[in-house]
Amino acid sequence: MSDLTPFSTVGPFFKLLVRNRAEGTDCLVSDATRGDRITVRGVLFDGNGAPVNDGLVEIWQADASGHYHHPGDADRETADPAFSGFGRAATDSAGSFAFRTIKPGLVRGADGQSQAPHILVSVMARGVMSRCWTRMYFDGEPLNGSDPILPLIPIERRQTLIARRAADGSYEFNVVLQGERETVFFEA
Amino acid sequence: MSRIYPPVPPGIHSPDFFEANRGTHLRHPKHPRIVIPPTISELTGPVYPYSAIGGAETDLTRQHAGQPIGERIILHGRVLDEDGRPIPQTLVEIWQANAAGRYAHGVDNHDAALDPNFSGTGRAITDDEGRYRFLTIMPGRYPFQNHYNAWRPAHVHFSLLGPSFLTRLVTQMFFPGDPLHAFDPIFHGVPEQVRHRVVASFDLDATVPDWSLAFRFDLVLRGREATPFGI
Repeated sequence: MSDLTPFSTVGPFFKLLVRNRAEGTDCLVSDATRGDRITVRGVLFDGNGAPVNDGLVEIWQADASGHYHHPGDADRETADPAFSGFGRAATDSAGSFAFRTIKPGLVRGADGQSQAPHILVSVMARGVMSRCWTRMYFDGEPLNGSDPILPLIPIERRQTLIARRAADGSYEFNVVLQGERETVFFEA
Repeated sequence: MSRIYPPVPPGIHSPDFFEANRGTHLRHPKHPRIVIPPTISELTGPVYPYSAIGGAETDLTRQHAGQPIGERIILHGRVLDEDGRPIPQTLVEIWQANAAGRYAHGVDNHDAALDPNFSGTGRAITDDEGRYRFLTIMPGRYPFQNHYNAWRPAHVHFSLLGPSFLTRLVTQMFFPGDPLHAFDPIFHGVPEQVRHRVVASFDLDATVPDWSLAFRFDLVLRGREATPFGI
């Protein structure tokens, strides 16, 4: 059997982890970062529709040209040095989180075609025994129709992954841990 | 060499819903996860060219003016992949309560003393052999509101990013011989056959006479190296 270390819940006291973070904060942009600035905001909900006020949300995404700073990306040399791609935020008393980032560029899929623009989102909290992760997509993106992953989701649940453009230009993406509009979570 | 990710076998991670753990009742997804083939997004992840992580970050006893109250312990081990190979240059973050069982965190209102000389957080980067080492103090046990007279065993929280998004690990490390293990719903949430993997070992060889006890705790993350001749 695999020797993997088992996951366990992050518990309620992880805010020690998000304070003074050199690498993971909720603001991924500096003046030098390339790309269109966007804000991604949402609320984390439980099975009663109540906000989760002690949640940890992390994001991982490509830079504006679709590259990742990582040995696994053949084009990593051209990845934006002013963009880490990694964000981390604690939900507030209203269960809200918000990331200031850039719109990710197009990332290739396994067949060489572009995936639709997406951001990987991880959620952990007291009462969440391992990590729940999903993919956030952008409303109205033409490439959503040809994305390789979206068709793997039953059509009635696909909407849980689409972030809506709000009047102020930000993208709204709520995460629902349980219930009627439970977010799709993946494993890979 | 590239890394491949065998699926996580069942029976390793805590089930999402565990009746005895009240917090899981409203927070566990009821739909099964949807299995997807990983793309480059899942196979990459934050790996930083970490520059100096200073001594005070690996030494939780030297982050304030005075020494914290409590038994000094060395907490060390290796971070490995599923082939048993070391994972070098990877970030290990820990947080824990002080010796009285109180976290330096606004939300913790347990009636136990705060220690002005202890914040309870540390960061380390593994070396080329995948080794990490912290100096800290033994965390205390504390009550929590899961059920009447519920107490958490002594534990240290670990957070690792690993080489990709898929290797992310957050877990709790327990200490050997703690009588509270028998009563803790979080400890019992870990499947029985792998529960020993979240308990540190007392390590007499690593103790420093007249100065510090030591415990060893290795962590194994997802992933194995692809062989040159294919998977």
